[in-house]
Amino acid sequence: MNGESAIDVRGMTKRFGDRMVVDHVDLDVRAGEIFGFLGPNGSGKTTFLRMLCGLLRADEGRGTCLGHDVINESEAIKREAGYMTQRFSFWEDLSIEENLDFVARMYDVKNRRQTVRESLKQLGLTERKDQLAGHLSGGWKQRLALAACLIHKPRLLLLDEPTAGVDPKARRDFWDEIHHLAGEGLTVLVTTHYMDEAERCHRLAYISRGKLLTHGTVADVIARERLTTWAVSGPDLPNLTAQLRERPGVEQTVAFGNSMHVSGDDAVALKQAIAPFRANNYEWHQVESELEDVFIHLMDKSPDTSSS
Amino acid sequence: MKKWHRFSIARFRAMLVKEFIQMRRDRLTFGMMVGIPLLQLVLFGYAINADPKHLPAAVILADHGPEGRTLLSSLQNSGYYNLVRQVKTEVEGHDLLARGQVQFVVNIPENFSRDFVRGDRPELLVEADATDPGTTGNAIGSLSTALNMALQNDLKGPLESLAVNNGPIDLRVHSLYNPEAITQYNIVPGLMGVVLTLTMILVTGLAITRERERGTMENLLSMPTRPIEVLIGKLVPYILVGYIQVGLILFAARFLFHVPMFGSLALLLTAAAVFIIANLAVGITFSTIATNQLQAMQMTFFFFLPSLLLSGFAFPFRGMPGWAQMIGQVLPLTHFVRIVRGVLLKGNGVGSIGLELWPIALFAAVAMFVAMKRYRQTLD
Ligand SMILES: Nc1ncnc2c1ncn2[C@@H]1O[C@H](COP(=O)(O)OP(=O)(O)OP(=O)(O)O)[C@@H](O)[C@H]1O
Ligand SMILES: [Mg+2]
Repeated sequence: MNGESAIDVRGMTKRFGDRMVVDHVDLDVRAGEIFGFLGPNGSGKTTFLRMLCGLLRADEGRGTCLGHDVINESEAIKREAGYMTQRFSFWEDLSIEENLDFVARMYDVKNRRQTVRESLKQLGLTERKDQLAGHLSGGWKQRLALAACLIHKPRLLLLDEPTAGVDPKARRDFWDEIHHLAGEGLTVLVTTHYMDEAERCHRLAYISRGKLLTHGTVADVIARERLTTWAVSGPDLPNLTAQLRERPGVEQTVAFGNSMHVSGDDAVALKQAIAPFRANNYEWHQVESELEDVFIHLMDKSPDTSSS
Repeated sequence: MKKWHRFSIARFRAMLVKEFIQMRRDRLTFGMMVGIPLLQLVLFGYAINADPKHLPAAVILADHGPEGRTLLSSLQNSGYYNLVRQVKTEVEGHDLLARGQVQFVVNIPENFSRDFVRGDRPELLVEADATDPGTTGNAIGSLSTALNMALQNDLKGPLESLAVNNGPIDLRVHSLYNPEAITQYNIVPGLMGVVLTLTMILVTGLAITRERERGTMENLLSMPTRPIEVLIGKLVPYILVGYIQVGLILFAARFLFHVPMFGSLALLLTAAAVFIIANLAVGITFSTIATNQLQAMQMTFFFFLPSLLLSGFAFPFRGMPGWAQMIGQVLPLTHFVRIVRGVLLKGNGVGSIGLELWPIALFAAVAMFVAMKRYRQTLD
């Protein structure tokens, strides 16, 4: 399996009416890899995932997913993939156990009862198995959804913002679980808006307005943009921000609590721009650009970022 | 890979189990499906009467004298009768009545003219399909007036005295099928079709749009399932509910309204299956168009109202203008109402039921075809 592609698609395109929502996206995800898929709201992440598992027909594009043709063999892809939707999409009027049982039946899982029982135990929901899914809290719904997606032992997991609204502890557990599964050979394609999650991916891609802007490991992605970033701390940062933004060479300023990141892709121009402010009260030092700096940079750079 | 194109019993069962659980939990819908028949039974305890004209009648003309002819033309002129065909035997006439092709059979016996001229008061037999008393009531009421008017001219001279006595002819009216003109006998069986139309379409429409509205459709479609498994899995529970309704109404008909049941119940239940499937197919078709439950509901009523009004349930079918009858002929309810009345009140058998069943089956096939064509396996 190693080195083999789990997902290998070229030119995936989806239009809704005249709007190009996914615009010729190429993606190559290796088997056993955790691949992060990032991008602003409305950039086409969900649409892309839906095309991969045959929920939306691609207007253009070709390639394979788990070795099956991504356009014509969605049936086979569905068998071997688990898709966790962005919005909770299990049946709220079925109990936790009934939901798991339904999914297990749908995939014709062997030893169904036992599989469901084990899944409940792993979830830690054995005592609450008769509770209606609709009565679970948001975080527990996410966990149920993940468990349900895994019940047929898929080879590929497509997760659409699986941790939105989940507390930090549960989020960490969730990612530990994902890493554990990937260690066993499961391939994971996951969308997220959290930088710390992006950094836990083996590789990631950034999409904006339907176009894939960059991809690679975290280090690759940061290095490729050649962004220079300075951190500054001191009094009245909002005022400083306003002044800095006027200056050539300053592309973006991002507040981080008591400090602020100032970035630009021309290192010399940036240094000149901040020179007048290096006096007395402000403390400056150059830092490594972070993923967030890079993404905001990418978002600003891509034409017409007003997402809808 | 081709393997997954086969119908899977396991996945069908998965759908079935899920739908049954959901139905059981959805008390309101379930209550509604039992409540609607009960409510309608109460509401339609009273019938609506109208004054339909030009009712088709068959004639058995065993005498060719002038009096018979005069008589027939005066029936035609009364506006209530439309003499559409002539038959030879009473058996033939009864057959037409049973199939609902004519409302009356007018029987002019042999030697009618001779007896009339002699003053022997010949018998004129009019047999009426009185299943729906509203349809036949006025036409029967007009009979004797029409006859007297017709024969007045012939009662000059020696026959004049006849006019004074009991009338020149012995008029006999046989009201068949519902001789006491009890409107509930007509309404209650028809109600079965009305209730099934409303609830079957509504409930399937809702069951499918609900999945879409709640976002669970996305999940369902991401599983490797064929549309047919999803659809049949959704329909079967509602077919059972349909039969519960049929049972309820038959029970009420028998024990509350004392409607006679002459025909075979097995035949009726078989016909009901075809009718239920036709309505479920309409429900699925609507659910492929409607984007939410409210729209599905609106579309249901858009279909239900014409069915209610043009099927001959609420108003006598023969009292409607031609264009309305044409629309009515297409609607499954029209035929099902005739089937139920035919089986219960007339004791009709397979032969005459078949005549009304095939339009329903055709409708079901077309609706099912459209539903399958339109049912999307993607979110596009
Ligand atoms: N069925 C549809 N019909 C028309 N437009 C659609 C449809 N589905 C999505 N869109 C549009 O496509 C664009 C991309 O949507 P998508 O859901 O893929 O974004 P996303 O990257 O997942 O965003 P988010 O981070 O907010 O989840 C949006 O502008 C959305 O309005
Ligand atoms: Mg999304």
